[in-house]
Amino acid sequence: MALQSLDIKARSATTTRSPSARETMEVAKLIDISKCIGCKACQVACMEWNDLRDEVGTNVGVYDNPPNLSAQSWTVMRYSEVEVEANKLEWLIRKDGCMHCADPGCLKACPAPGAIVQYSNGIVDFHQENCIGCGYCITGCPFDIPRISKKDSKAYKCTLCSDRVAVGMEPACVKTCPTGAIVFGTKDDMIHHAEGRITDLKSRGYANAGLYDPQGVGGTHVMYVLQHADKPELFSGLPKNPSISAMVGLWKGITKPLTSFALGMLAVGTLFHYVIKGPNEVSKDIEKEFENES
Amino acid sequence: MNRNPNDIVRYTASERANHWAVGMSFILLALSGLAFFHPAFYPLSLLFGGAVWARILHPFIGVLMALLFVMMFFRFWKLNIITQVDKEWLSRVKEIVDGDDHNMPESGKYNGGQKIMFWLAAVCMVLLLVSGIVIWRAYFSGLFAIGLIRFSSLLHAAVAALMIGLIIVHVYAAIWTRGTIRAMLYGTVSRAWAKQHHPAWFRQITGGGK
Repeated sequence: MALQSLDIKARSATTTRSPSARETMEVAKLIDISKCIGCKACQVACMEWNDLRDEVGTNVGVYDNPPNLSAQSWTVMRYSEVEVEANKLEWLIRKDGCMHCADPGCLKACPAPGAIVQYSNGIVDFHQENCIGCGYCITGCPFDIPRISKKDSKAYKCTLCSDRVAVGMEPACVKTCPTGAIVFGTKDDMIHHAEGRITDLKSRGYANAGLYDPQGVGGTHVMYVLQHADKPELFSGLPKNPSISAMVGLWKGITKPLTSFALGMLAVGTLFHYVIKGPNEVSKDIEKEFENES
Repeated sequence: MNRNPNDIVRYTASERANHWAVGMSFILLALSGLAFFHPAFYPLSLLFGGAVWARILHPFIGVLMALLFVMMFFRFWKLNIITQVDKEWLSRVKEIVDGDDHNMPESGKYNGGQKIMFWLAAVCMVLLLVSGIVIWRAYFSGLFAIGLIRFSSLLHAAVAALMIGLIIVHVYAAIWTRGTIRAMLYGTVSRAWAKQHHPAWFRQITGGGK
């Protein structure tokens, strides 16, 4: 859901160019996990700005609450306790949600024209009024983000507050973060900002600190500063080298237009076969045999 | 209302009804499925009252087709066992496609091509049903691993395309071979048709007579 309509870079199930009269700067949200205290203010701000209320669940014994993303919870904090070095407990808290891939698997998989769009600023947005509820976006997503609502069968996920960004504001989670762990700006600025943070973390003993901007999906518009960038899986299963699955690529790539063309040619071919070879009729000899009978 | 007592019954009424029930389900499935296959076919979803309805209805029609096909399978599978004669027929299929069936081996009720069609259709049906259940997001996808869902999505699309190709050939063969469609419409074929296209079957039915 959003307001922009002139700066669309890609549109699901659309084979012609999308309206692109306006070019905007590529933006990114940078989440510095080393600064996150797990307060969940971002979850609350997301609910508040987007006017979402998930069902009140039950305590599952850990801090994760709600325990997973849902059609009403577009971002959740994931808590993991790890010992990267023996006897040195680290509490890694990752704000999970849509990564806004430059090469979005959801958009590639979606069969409904205009149900998923990517703006020139990099935000990948679902337009639920065009969504048909097939769930192909879930099949295409390398990060397991979209959720189908049980109420209306539409897919939902983080919009990166595309409505706020469109009018020059930062996303609600960024606005509310009390420690400055979430920052927002142009993608270049965010990479630059991350470099400073990484230098600082390295000087504090995190030798493998680094930026998570996976190139397998063309980079993302939500990036992380990780204390252990060599092992992103430590952060509640963040994939190390995410990319659109080869199976999704084969399913949604050039094979479909080629197959459509082949089927069309087969149908046309049968017509030409009939025209060239003529019908397969009963021979006159056999017909005569039976004519005398009746 | 069979006005020619010499005609031969090829399909009973219940066989015909079963066939067309499968056929109609298939057409509905192909039209709704193509809508999601490529954006060029997306407007086909309007035939179902919009793409959301097409998405809702497609899998239910699929289950219906699978059930109807199972019935049809058990009616016809014995007649479709491939014999040595069928293999010979298939090895010379080029000749008949080219319009010359003089040297074709004598077919029974079904020729080698029809039998291959039967078994390929049966395999396609099984694959479509199984993969279709895995990608049925509203009820079943949650039960399966994402890798399996991706594989099933690919398989479902590929097998569906193959199936559409098979049915194009199936329909064309019936149109091309004059006097065939009536067998599936009202059950009978002429004696000449039977002797021309399925001589071994003709002999079996008439006890060797004309």
